[in-house]
Amino acid sequence: MRKRFNSLTLGADALLFGVAGTPLRRNGVLIGGGKVLPEIKFTLPPMSIEDTPAMEIEAMYREIVTAVCERAVHLGQQSVVVEFELLPPMTVDPPMGESITSLIAGILAEFRTSHGLQSLLRITPVDIREQNKPPQRRRGRETELLLESFRRCARAGADLLSIESTGGKEVTDQAIMAADVRGILFGTVVLGCADMEFLWEKIVRVARETGTVPAGDTACGIGNTAMVLADQGYIPRVFAAVVRAVTAVRSLVAYEVGAAGPGKDCGYENAILKAITGLPMSMEGKSAACAHLSPVGNIAGCYADLWSNESVQNIKLLAGMAPVVSMEQLVYDCRLMNVAAGRGEGRRLRDWFSESDAGLDPQAFILSPRAVEALARAIVSEQDDYRRGVAVAVKAVDLLREGLSKQHLLLSEREQEWLTRIEHTVSELPSDSMGFIAEERPKWKDHVNYGEYGIPDDV
Amino acid sequence: MDRYAEIAQHVQNGYSERARKAVEAALAEGCPAERVLKEGLIAGMEVVAAKFKSGQMFLPEVLAVAGAMKAGMELVKPLLVAARHEPLGKVVLGTVRGDMHDIGKNLVAIMLQGAGFDVVDLGTDVRVEKFIDAIEREHPDVVGMSALLTTTMVHMKTVIEALKQRDLRAHVKVIVGGAPISKNFASEIGADGYARDAATAVDVVKELLNSR
Repeated sequence: MRKRFNSLTLGADALLFGVAGTPLRRNGVLIGGGKVLPEIKFTLPPMSIEDTPAMEIEAMYREIVTAVCERAVHLGQQSVVVEFELLPPMTVDPPMGESITSLIAGILAEFRTSHGLQSLLRITPVDIREQNKPPQRRRGRETELLLESFRRCARAGADLLSIESTGGKEVTDQAIMAADVRGILFGTVVLGCADMEFLWEKIVRVARETGTVPAGDTACGIGNTAMVLADQGYIPRVFAAVVRAVTAVRSLVAYEVGAAGPGKDCGYENAILKAITGLPMSMEGKSAACAHLSPVGNIAGCYADLWSNESVQNIKLLAGMAPVVSMEQLVYDCRLMNVAAGRGEGRRLRDWFSESDAGLDPQAFILSPRAVEALARAIVSEQDDYRRGVAVAVKAVDLLREGLSKQHLLLSEREQEWLTRIEHTVSELPSDSMGFIAEERPKWKDHVNYGEYGIPDDV
Repeated sequence: MDRYAEIAQHVQNGYSERARKAVEAALAEGCPAERVLKEGLIAGMEVVAAKFKSGQMFLPEVLAVAGAMKAGMELVKPLLVAARHEPLGKVVLGTVRGDMHDIGKNLVAIMLQGAGFDVVDLGTDVRVEKFIDAIEREHPDVVGMSALLTTTMVHMKTVIEALKQRDLRAHVKVIVGGAPISKNFASEIGADGYARDAATAVDVVKELLNSR
């Protein structure tokens, strides 16, 4: 049963790295209880999973996890989170994902016993429901395999269950390329939220059955696609900023259905979700540049309860293997944040993180603590997902306009033109969701199977 | 301004209806369809592609332009087909086996179509047999493969090996791209070209076709 938030848990003054309103404690690890912990992620080097014997694949994971744990111990790190992001063949074949999960959990247990390294294992199956066009979100073999993957990994030793779900992406992919605000709202808050509610009720049930934590989701496939295309100069940055704000409405659904955090690292909307839910969040920034570039390298750190590297191939660098290098970078980042917080200087460091990015890019500007609070308030002021989406889009545009007029934000002339266009579009959006759905639905009928989102035919 | 320049201007501005009417008028006045295509529609799109490549235009603006070009093409294409006009070239595109990412590939398709190429998009998670079948059926000049995962990029080489085994390799150029792909990787697997982004993919394809 979904319980919608109607107020904030943390205002701008209380938003700080390492501090959640409701910390998570499990297996000797405390997340959001005052210290930021590293969350390490990795992927395999160029190779075919299908054509490589399982023993070889498992040997690689053993090598990676052992090496990153050794480095954490060497640096005196006491607690870490390890994420195993399943690759598509490992989700399609649940026993394969289960076997690797069991292997990693075993290594973490060994380090707990032998070196006192406390750890949690997050597992993230791939949303394989995208394999059909249009995707089958509710029925079909892929949905069953996805849930079976969660169950098997949970029983094999996972602590935290997460996913980067893709509901609505069949619309948002095109809407992003066209900088179509209406399409973004339709894909993200109409289709996306419907899918989140369906999926997360099931993930929460798996977590209850297996004694694991339903952690959180991310609208990575929407918000980060826009961010990366904006970084390449393909779409306006102001548009990507509005997309980011809207994604918070979608990702929030997981917590309204029962997710308990920590939110998934690549969801930069987690800043807004932390203000609303008070739950711990994983964030990534400058130390995730190994995976992708971003304009929010410092400011993302303001809200981190876990600090992640997003993903890195297991390849050799001068210092050592890349995941080991990432672990070291994350540990040093966390040390600095934790020392600052320990000396009562956390707010000062947070504000430096914010100020060093916020004025240079609209996507960073809307992640400043004051903006985050304003966006979070806009979302909880409404109860309907569509109205939440409109409210947060309007607020994001208002914040950018205000930042521009006060010269707190630099925008090129072209970006300013697009801000005006977006402003115009959001001001003309219908006030009720049924009217909006009726207008948008025919445009996307060739790309979306509406029955898979529980949207009746007569809307 | 002559008719061709007028069409090019409407395309550049992304005015679909004006572009369509200008093409209609040009054809009614007896302008050859091939010149309408090359000096009007493609010429307009080339200006836009150059602006996009140099960061002066955003993709949504390019898409509006592509819409204007398409509006004009609908009138010109039947005449070109009737006259057995050879297109600039045909490109088969796909994201390789096990990989569901398709935005990058879709961008390449848009840019190639805008430049006047025929594009056959095989979609995502394309297995080697599907690439081979499409190449045997469509006889493309170029096949383009995309991958975003380190664990799927290796399938590009499998496709190239299959092309050799079927004696198709000499008949088709191969380009590759995607986040984990590099120029070195492209060379190592025996591809003919590497496109670092959608904007440069058109240049790479043109260079390959000119070098034949």
